Amino acid sequence: MPADPASSIVVNDIRVELIERGRGTPLLFLHPGIGIEPTDPVLDRLAARARVLAPTHPGFGRSEQPKSFATVDDLAYFYLDLLEHLDLRQAIVVGVSFGGWIAAEIAIKSTARISHLILANAVGIKVGDRETRDIVDIHSIPESEFVQLAYFNPGLGTHDYKAMPDAQVLAAARNREATARYGWSPYMHDPKLRSRLHRIGVPTLLLWGAGDRILSEPYGRAYCTAIPAARFELIERAGHFPHLEQPELFADRIFAFVEGTPQ
Amino acid sequence: MRVYQFTEQPYPDAWKDHQGSLRVNLPNRKCDPRVAADLFHRYYDEWLLADELGLDIMLNEHHQTATCMSSTVVVGLSVLARQTKRARLLVLGYPIGHRQDPLRVAEELSTIDVISRGRLDMGFIKGVPYEFPSSNQNPVGVMERFWEAHDFIIKAMTSHDQPFNWESEHFHYRHVNIWPRPWQQPHPPVWSTTGSKSNARVLGEHGYVMATLGTGYNTRELYDAYREGYMSMGRPAPAADRFAYLGLVAVAPNEQDARERGERVASYLRSASIVYLPFRNPPGFLSVEDNARLMRGETPPRSYTKDRRVIDMRSASVQELIDAAILFCGTPDQVYQQIVDFCEYCGGMGNLLMMGHAGAMSHADTVENLTLFAREVLPRLKAYKQPLATATAA
Repeated sequence: MPADPASSIVVNDIRVELIERGRGTPLLFLHPGIGIEPTDPVLDRLAARARVLAPTHPGFGRSEQPKSFATVDDLAYFYLDLLEHLDLRQAIVVGVSFGGWIAAEIAIKSTARISHLILANAVGIKVGDRETRDIVDIHSIPESEFVQLAYFNPGLGTHDYKAMPDAQVLAAARNREATARYGWSPYMHDPKLRSRLHRIGVPTLLLWGAGDRILSEPYGRAYCTAIPAARFELIERAGHFPHLEQPELFADRIFAFVEGTPQ
Repeated sequence: MRVYQFTEQPYPDAWKDHQGSLRVNLPNRKCDPRVAADLFHRYYDEWLLADELGLDIMLNEHHQTATCMSSTVVVGLSVLARQTKRARLLVLGYPIGHRQDPLRVAEELSTIDVISRGRLDMGFIKGVPYEFPSSNQNPVGVMERFWEAHDFIIKAMTSHDQPFNWESEHFHYRHVNIWPRPWQQPHPPVWSTTGSKSNARVLGEHGYVMATLGTGYNTRELYDAYREGYMSMGRPAPAADRFAYLGLVAVAPNEQDARERGERVASYLRSASIVYLPFRNPPGFLSVEDNARLMRGETPPRSYTKDRRVIDMRSASVQELIDAAILFCGTPDQVYQQIVDFCEYCGGMGNLLMMGHAGAMSHADTVENLTLFAREVLPRLKAYKQPLATATAA
């Protein structure tokens, strides 16, 4: 498959962008709130050993925003429909940050079409007490501070919007709005999710960028503890987006996990 | 013309020590409740004076801010509904885009309308950007929430025969049947504010009173968009009483004193925008297209003078603010002429929302400003015949 541009797919009358690359075992990649670009190196790393399907979530990037969609639950049901629509079986589902939250919400509903689940620096659960915010309030800090907290190498997250094509700036603005639409309140989590994680029966890997200062390592370990067949692994020299900062290591860890834990 | 006296009820001591943010995250330790009590009583006294002088009254609310201590406008409305005798009581606005419970809004406003014997004007607004972090309402989709709250409040105020049911996107109620029902029939007049042409058109379709703030000699296109919406519903051109404009006012017996007073009133503009940067533009408050332009560093100017010079309200001189019709300032003759010039430019503007107090202005300063305006300017504005424009600017 060519590296770009992304094509699109219609599921339940909702048109979303879809990057499809590689062959073999299906791997559904669920992007974080900052979106996904066809040029992200992680896509080729994953596509070297699997059939990668990387949709842009409804409301993000250039994907349609259905009027009735307001929660991550809506997105999870959308992806269950997408798995069925494409008749994907034994799929590896990988989600980063906000995408990890969606992946967990999918898996508590049904893992019938899923072989392995990988949650990378995933948000979505409540861990601390009521006066402790588990997740940095990204809507109340300048973008420059977000980049400092989210990246091991902040240079990688700094964007010059003036130099970007219009469509890409518009997509970035839509990403920001959609992240708030689905995660404004309760802030970046579903209060019910943690108590439902026990339903996930497939092998699960919590893959954690060790330099993340949006989320803490104990937060990731609490996520892991709540899922019966889960393992926790750190990725060094990476922050909140390990797929961007260590794409090769990120792909290697996923396939090593999948091969080491046959269903 | 009607003239509504307005103050934001500030806590001006906070100006001296705020570290870059007067709103949202300024620790309330800096608020001395004894000072706040004196200020509230003083502001209410000034509104009682306005009532005696023949002015009407406007109140608002903001949250977690030293720029406006009125965090629940219902309290001020309640005090004034009982204590004033004749003035209309305008709330502009009641932030129903943020409010959890529109049933409570309908009950509160109906009660105030009854106690004041039909003197309430109810201005609904979505709310300002920096108050979403504290209200925790989602800024994405706030206009849909605003209109559903509006629909519900009007329905609650106008349903008299049996309880009704409401199960919709944002609000769920059963057996709605408010007591008391409002004094004014079918409901108190609805007002709102806007800065966008698309929203102005929608307000025109409803026929509500539309107010703008700080738009100066950039107001006409908003009014024209309103006129188009108003007339699209098969009505003749809207009268001047459909339009309101918030202007700062400083009047004095001589020009020198007026300009000094103008500088004190303008302190509102200097301070209102002091808020920690990330709170100024929550996601979803502006359109995706507008946000993309902001990300590129493109910020369209908002305020123009009559001869199309761009000014920045926050730093403009008193003369520039006068030129832009953001501040009406001078002797009574000058202020009258400035307001009339602006009404002519607008094609009719029947409600002046007069910020006659701001910042650290003293009680004596404010009393003199209001009294001189009411005696020397107001009677002439009452007698002034407004133009009646149709949709196209001359």
